[in-house]
Amino acid sequence: MTAKTDETTETAKTAGTAGTAANARAPRRTGRARTPLLYVIASVALLVMAAPFLWMALSAFKTKQDLTASPPVWIPSRWTLDNFTSLLDQLDMPQYFLNSLIVAVLVTVSNLLFCSMLGYALAKLDFTGRSKVFAVVLAALMVPGNLMILPLYVLMNGLGLIDTYAGLVLPFAAGAFGVFLMRQFTLSVPDELLEAARLDGAGEWYIFWRIVIPLVKPALATLTIFTFLGSWNNFIWPLIATNDPDKYTLPVALATFANDPNRTVGGGNGMLMAGSLLVVLPVLAVFAVLQRHFTQGIATAGLK
Amino acid sequence: MSLTTGPAAPQAAAVDKSPHGGGKSGRTRRGNRSLSRHNLTGWLFSTPFLVLFGVFMLFPIVATLLMSFTDFGARNVTRPLEAEFVGLDNYTQLFQDDKFLKALFNTGYFVVVGVPATILLGLLAAILLNNGIDRARTLFRVGFYAPVVTTIVAVAVVWRFVLDPSDGLIASLASEVGLTAPDFLGSETWAMPSLIAMAVWRNLGTVMVLCIAGLQAIPAEVREAARLDGAGVWQELRGITVPLLRPTLLYATVITTIGYLNVFEEPFVMTQGGPSDSTLTVSLDMYREGFNFFHMGYASAMAYVLFVVIMGITVLQLRLLKDNTR
Repeated sequence: MTAKTDETTETAKTAGTAGTAANARAPRRTGRARTPLLYVIASVALLVMAAPFLWMALSAFKTKQDLTASPPVWIPSRWTLDNFTSLLDQLDMPQYFLNSLIVAVLVTVSNLLFCSMLGYALAKLDFTGRSKVFAVVLAALMVPGNLMILPLYVLMNGLGLIDTYAGLVLPFAAGAFGVFLMRQFTLSVPDELLEAARLDGAGEWYIFWRIVIPLVKPALATLTIFTFLGSWNNFIWPLIATNDPDKYTLPVALATFANDPNRTVGGGNGMLMAGSLLVVLPVLAVFAVLQRHFTQGIATAGLK
Repeated sequence: MSLTTGPAAPQAAAVDKSPHGGGKSGRTRRGNRSLSRHNLTGWLFSTPFLVLFGVFMLFPIVATLLMSFTDFGARNVTRPLEAEFVGLDNYTQLFQDDKFLKALFNTGYFVVVGVPATILLGLLAAILLNNGIDRARTLFRVGFYAPVVTTIVAVAVVWRFVLDPSDGLIASLASEVGLTAPDFLGSETWAMPSLIAMAVWRNLGTVMVLCIAGLQAIPAEVREAARLDGAGVWQELRGITVPLLRPTLLYATVITTIGYLNVFEEPFVMTQGGPSDSTLTVSLDMYREGFNFFHMGYASAMAYVLFVVIMGITVLQLRLLKDNTR
C-alpha cells in the first residue's frame, strides 16, 4: 500500500488507488457500524479456506487411534512423528523431493533466460516479422496443455527421454506467459537509455544483459515464483513422462501412493497427510514470504 | 501488501494497451536504418523460444490433429508412421460413444456451475477484503490465496478426508447437528458437486486477486461522488463496482472457464472418474483412452474436440470483453 492506512474503513477503500489523503475526509455514514460484522464474516470465510490445511497439518501428527476416531479429533491427543518416519521408510521422499527440485530449478532458469530474451526483442528491437512472433506467443497462451501430450509422449519416447530430467524439463523450458510478462515489463525501460548505450558502441547482448536485465528484476522475480511453483505443482506431464519410481516428482509419488489399494487404511492415511504436508509446506512458506510478487504477477496479467 | 504500487508492474502493463498493435507503434518512423540493424539480433533473441515452441508445442499440436485421423495405437508408439489413416472415423465414433458424451456433459456441468460460483465468491472476497478489512490484510489475502499455490494432489488428498462419509470433517459436523452427510464422493449425485466445491475453494483466490487489482484501479473520486450522492452499499456495487470491474470479471471468467474445461487432477486423484463415470471429464477420458488403453488416435480426436470447444468459448468471451470495454 502506498498510503499508511488509518483505522477507518473508508480510508481502506481508497488506500490502494492513488493514496491521496483527501479521500480520507469523505463522509462515513456506514463505516464504523459495518466494520466488526465484516471482520466476523471475513474470519469465518478465512477459517473455511484454511480448514483443510489445518486438518492436514494436525493429522500428520496424529496416532492411528486419533486418525480413525469418530467423531474426529482436531488436536492430536498425543503428538507423534510416526507418520513421517513410516512415510520415509516406505517412500523415497528425499529422492522425489530432489527430482521436483531439479526439474523446477531447470525449468525456472531456462524460462528466465529465454523469456526475457524474447521479451526484450519483442519490446525493444525492430525486426521483420516481430508482430508475427508476438502473434505466435499470444496464440500459444491460449492453447490448452492437454492438446499436445499424446504426441509429446510419442516424441519423448522416440527420443529416449522418458524417465529423464530432460523429458520433464524440455516441454516447459520456455513458456508463452513468461514471454508476455517480460515483454510488458521491458516496454517500460526507457528507449533513450538503450539508444545512449548503442551510441557508446555497446552490443545488443551487452545492452540486454547489463542494462535491461537489471531494470526488469521485479518481473524476473515474479516469473521465478510463477514458473517454479508451476513446475513444482505440475502433475499430468510428470505422471505421463515417468514410469520409473526413481524419477517421480513429489505430486506423482503422492498420487501413486494415495491411489495404491495396498496402502494400509489407518496408518496409511496419516502417512498421506504427512506426505501432503511435506509437499505443501515449502510452497506455502515461499508464498507467504513472496506473496507480494505473486499477486502483482496475477494483477499484471489481468490488466493486459 | 501491495497490488498496484509495485515498481514496475502496473506501469509496464499500462504502456501498451493493445498487444496486437504493439509491434509497430512509435518506432517504424525512425526507419530502415534501425530496422536492418536489429533484424539479425531480433531473430537471434527469438530463436531459443521459437525452437522450443516449434518442437514441443507446434509439432505436437499438428501431430495431434494428424493422429486424430488415424488408428494410432500401442504399437505405433514406437512405430508412429505405421498408423493407418481412418479419415473421420474417430470423430464419428466419438459422438456415438456414450462414455465420451457423458464426459462432455460432466465437463459442461463443471463449467456451468463452477465458473459462476468461482467468479462470484472471488468477487465477494475481493470486495470484502478491499473495502472492509484493513487490519491483518495480508493474513486474509494469504489465507484466501493459499489454495491456489498448493499442489493439487496434496489438496485433493486432504479433501478426500474432508468429504469422507464415515469420519470426515463435513460428516462429523453434520452429525453434531443431527444430520447425516451423504457419501459425497461415492454418490453419483454428490460426487461432481463435491469436486466443483473443491475447485471453487481452490481457484477463488485467483479471481479475488484480479478483482482487488481491478477495484484499486477504480478512481477514488468515482466512489466518493457516488457516496456523496447518497448511494448505498448495494447501489455502489451495482452502479459502480461491477460495471467498472467488467473487463476484469470477463478476463477472470475466460481463464477460469479454460481451466475448468481442462479439469483433470480433481477427478483423477479424488474419484478416478467414478462412481459410474459421474465425474469422468473429457481430459480424464482422453488420458485414459490415450495412456491406459493406448487408443491414441481416438484420444487425439477427443483432444481436438475439447480444443475446438475451448477456442469457441474463448473467442465468444473475448468478443464480449471487447464489446464491453469499448
